Amino acid sequence: MQVLDRRLNPGGKNLENRQRFLRRAKALVQQAVRRSSQDRDISDILEGGEIAIPAAGVDEPWFHHGPGGIRDDVLPGNRKFVEGDLLPRPDGGGGGAQNGHDGEGEDVFRFVLSREEFLDLFLDDLELPDLAKRRLAEIEFEGVRRSGYALAGSPVNIAVTRTMRFAMSRRIALGRPSAQAIQRLEGEIAGCEDIDRRAALATELSALQARMRRIPYVDPIDVRYRRFENAPRPTAQAVMFCLMDVSGSMSEHMKDLAKRFYMLLYIFLTRRYRRVEIVFIRHTDRAEEVDEETFFHSPATGGTVVSSALEAMRRIVELRYRPKDWNIYAAQASDGDNSHNDGQTSAQLLKDHILPATQYFAYLEVGEEDARGQGAAAQSSLWGVYESLRAEGRPLAMRKVNARGEIFPVFRDLFRRREGKERIAS
Amino acid sequence: MTANAMERLYEGADWDFSTLQRLHDACETIALGELGLNVYPNQIEVIRAEQMLDAYSSVGMPLSYKHWSFGKHFTQHEALYRTGLRGLAYELVINSSPCISYLMEENTATMQALVIAHAAFGHNHFFRNNYLFKQWTDAEGILEYLNFAKGYVAQCEERYGQGAVEAILDAAHALKSHGVYRYPGKKKLDLRGEERRERERRAHSERTFNDLWRTVPAGPTKSVSELTSGRRRALLGLPQENILYFLEKYAPRLQPWQRELLRIVRHISQYFYPQSQTKVMNEGAATYVHYRIMNRLHDRGGISDGDFLEFLQSHTNVVFQPLYDDPRFSGFNPYALGFAMMRDIERIAADPDEEDRQWFPEIAGAGDAMAALRDIWANYRDESFVSQFLSPRLMRQMRLFQLHDDPAQTEGVRVKAIHDERGYRRIRSELARRYDVGWSDPNIEVVDVDLEGDRRLILHHSVVNGRLLSEAAAKRVLQSLADLWGYNVLLREIGPADAVLREHPCSPRGAALAAA
Repeated sequence: MQVLDRRLNPGGKNLENRQRFLRRAKALVQQAVRRSSQDRDISDILEGGEIAIPAAGVDEPWFHHGPGGIRDDVLPGNRKFVEGDLLPRPDGGGGGAQNGHDGEGEDVFRFVLSREEFLDLFLDDLELPDLAKRRLAEIEFEGVRRSGYALAGSPVNIAVTRTMRFAMSRRIALGRPSAQAIQRLEGEIAGCEDIDRRAALATELSALQARMRRIPYVDPIDVRYRRFENAPRPTAQAVMFCLMDVSGSMSEHMKDLAKRFYMLLYIFLTRRYRRVEIVFIRHTDRAEEVDEETFFHSPATGGTVVSSALEAMRRIVELRYRPKDWNIYAAQASDGDNSHNDGQTSAQLLKDHILPATQYFAYLEVGEEDARGQGAAAQSSLWGVYESLRAEGRPLAMRKVNARGEIFPVFRDLFRRREGKERIAS
Repeated sequence: MTANAMERLYEGADWDFSTLQRLHDACETIALGELGLNVYPNQIEVIRAEQMLDAYSSVGMPLSYKHWSFGKHFTQHEALYRTGLRGLAYELVINSSPCISYLMEENTATMQALVIAHAAFGHNHFFRNNYLFKQWTDAEGILEYLNFAKGYVAQCEERYGQGAVEAILDAAHALKSHGVYRYPGKKKLDLRGEERRERERRAHSERTFNDLWRTVPAGPTKSVSELTSGRRRALLGLPQENILYFLEKYAPRLQPWQRELLRIVRHISQYFYPQSQTKVMNEGAATYVHYRIMNRLHDRGGISDGDFLEFLQSHTNVVFQPLYDDPRFSGFNPYALGFAMMRDIERIAADPDEEDRQWFPEIAGAGDAMAALRDIWANYRDESFVSQFLSPRLMRQMRLFQLHDDPAQTEGVRVKAIHDERGYRRIRSELARRYDVGWSDPNIEVVDVDLEGDRRLILHHSVVNGRLLSEAAAKRVLQSLADLWGYNVLLREIGPADAVLREHPCSPRGAALAAA
C-alpha cells in the first residue's frame, strides 16, 4: 500500500478545457453576459458570477429514446395501489412518470464566470476611439532583453560556445600544438632505437611542450559574457477627463446614472489600456478637480455653469497634458441644464479649445426615469448647444439615458470598435 | 469480541498520514482475513477539493486528452459546488492496477476510514473479480493508454490544427455510446499493446511507402458488382453494432490519424462499459464491505462510539431511498438498492425462512454469506443480479409497484403489478430489464453499404414497444456520423414485422471532416 500526498500537485488541470469550452460557446456566453449585465449593479459586474446560456448551443447529442411508446416503470413506496388501478396521467400525457424527460437535459446551462472572464467578454469588442498619437514620452521598464556579448560580466552569464570559439581561433592562429601531436611524438620517442634521433625528438618535444605552456587553452581574452539590458517599451498614453454636473438640479437618480456610466468607463479604461490617466472634474457653478472618491461619493450643491468645467479642463490640459503628447478623451454627464447666458460661452470654449485638442468628446444626458419619450420633445439647453456643434461636424458624440438598463447599451454603442473610416461623431 | 480487541485507531476528527496507514492496515486485515476479498494493490492519494473537481470532469480519470466537453463538465460541477448546491464525493476510485483511490483532504478521520473501506477494498475487490471487468477492461494498461491518448491527441492538434481534431472528437463523442462491443470478442483488451501497435502501423506505412505505386496503371477493373449483397455484407462484417469500429475500419475518406482518434474514443468508451452495467452491484458491494468493516472495527474498539455515530449518519445518508412521491425522488438509488440486496442475501444465507428456501434454494441456509456474495459479485451484472436475487421480502419492504404506460390507454397509467404473490416475478423482471443496457440504449446497427456504388450507409434501429429515437438528438448525431462517413447516411427505425416507422436521411456537410 502506498499513501501519496497529491495536494501539492498543481491544480487547474481543466483550465485549458474550460478555456476551450468558453471559446466554443463564446457568442452565446457573450450574449448572456450582456443580458445579465443589464440588470446588475456596477459593483456586481466586478464580481463575475453565474450566467446561463441555452443548452442547445453546447450540448453533446447522443442516440437515445424520445418520448412516446409503451413504457413500464418500477417505483418504490406503494401505499394504496392495487393491481389494475388506473392513475390519471399528469398533464401532457404520454411518456412515463420520468421517462418523458429522460436525457433531454435542462434547457439552460448554468455556470460561473470569474471576474476576469466576465469583464473580458463584456469589454471584448470595445475600444477607445482614435488612439492615434503615439508618443514615446512615457517609458516603462519591462524587464531585460538579450543584447549581444560583453567582455565583462558575472560568471553565470558566460557564453560558453562563444568563448570556446574565440579560444579555438586564437589557438589555431598562434599555432598551439595539439595534444595528439605531443602524444604522437612521445610514442615515437618510446619506439625509437637510435640515440641521436631520440635526442632530436626529445628537444622537439620539449619545445612543443614549452610552446603549449606559453599559449593557454583558454585565455582571459577569449572569455565572453552574454549581455542583457533593460528593454524600454514605449506605451501610447491617454488621458480621460470625466466631467460631471453635481448641482442641485441633478436628482439622485440622475447622479446614479452618471456614476454608473463613469464607473463602467473607469473599469474599461484601467483594464483596456495600461497607461491611462483619469482626471475627475465635477462642477456646480464652480468647477474643481477632485479625486475619485469625492467625485463619486461626496455631495455638493449649487447652480449650474457648464463652462466652468470646460474652462477647468482647458486649464488642466494646458498645464499637464499637451495635446501633442497625449490622447485626450472627455466624457461629460449632465442633466442638460445650464444657466441661460452660459450656452454661448460653453460652445465657444468647446469649439476653440477643447474639441480641437481632444480625440473624442462624449456627452451623456441623464434624465428622470419617467421622462422617457419626451426627451426629444423637450430639448435641454445644453443638448441644443451641442447639437449645433455636432451639425458642424465636430467630433462629438451624444446620447440620452433615462433608465439604468440603458447605460450598458449606450456605453457599448459609444465605444464600439469602429470599422475603418466610420466617423465617431454619430 | 473482547478476545481480539484492538488499539484505538484515531481520536477525534484529525488525521495524518500515519493514521491513514493504520486505517488501511486495519481495514486490510478484516477485508482479506474475515471477508476473504481479493484486491489489487492499493494506492491512496490525498487531494484537494479543486483536484476532485478536476477528476470529476474527465469522467473520473486522472488524466485525459484535452477537449472542450470536459471543460463544460468542469464548469458545471464547479458552479454547483461553488454555489453550495452540491457537495463533492468523499472519494473517487479508479479501476487500475494499482487501484487508485482519491481521498479528499477535508474528510474527517472517520470519513477516511469509511472511504478506505469502501473504495480501496469494496470497489477494488469488485473491479478485480467481476467477470465484466475482467472481460472488458485492462486495469494494468489503462493509465498508460490514457497517457498515450493524451499525447497522441496533442500531437494531432499540433499537426492538423485544433479545429480539425476537435471536429473528429466531437463526432466520435456523439457516437460514444455506440462504440462498444456488447458481446465479448475473441481477445482480451490489451491497452498496452494498443500503443505499440499504433507505432508499428505508422512505421510500417512509412517503410513501405513508395510513390511509384501511384503511377502503376490499374488493370481492368474487376467486376466486383457481381458480389451478392449477402456476400458484400459478410465481407464488411455486417450487421455491426459498434458504429465507431465500423467507421474506423471502413469510412472511405478518413485519414489514418482520424481513424486513430476514433479508436481512442472507442477504447475509452469500452473501458467504461462495465461500469454502467454494474452500478447497483458495484456500489452495493462497496457499501456492504464498508459497513462490515466499520462495524467490525467498532466492535473491536478501533473506533470510538462517538465516531461510529458519525459513520452511521453518513452511511444512512448514502443508502437513503426516497419514495416515488417524494420530491427528492429521482429513480432508484444504486447504493440503497445494492446495499439492501446484499444485506438480504446475507440474511438468506444465514437465517432463511420458508419463503427464502422456496425462492433461493441454492443459497438459502448456505451458512457462509461471504462465499455466496463473493460468488455473486464475480459472476453477475445488475440485470442478472436483480432478476435472480431480488427477494419477495425486500420487494415488500421497499413496497415496489409497477406502472404500465401505454399511450393507447387514454384513461391513464395502469398499475400492472404490486408487491404481492402475483406481482413478485413481474416486478422483478421489469426492474431487472431497466438495468439492461441492451434494453435501455437504443439498439442501432450498421446494416448495409455499397462501397462500390453510392456508398450510402444504412443503419437500422430496432424499435421496441414503439419507443422511437428522440428526433432532434438523432438528427445531430447522424450529422456527425455522415461527416465522418463522408457520404449519405440513412437511419431507419424498424418496428415489428419489419415495418419502417421513420426514416432519418442525412448528408455530410460541405466542409466534411475528411480531406478529399
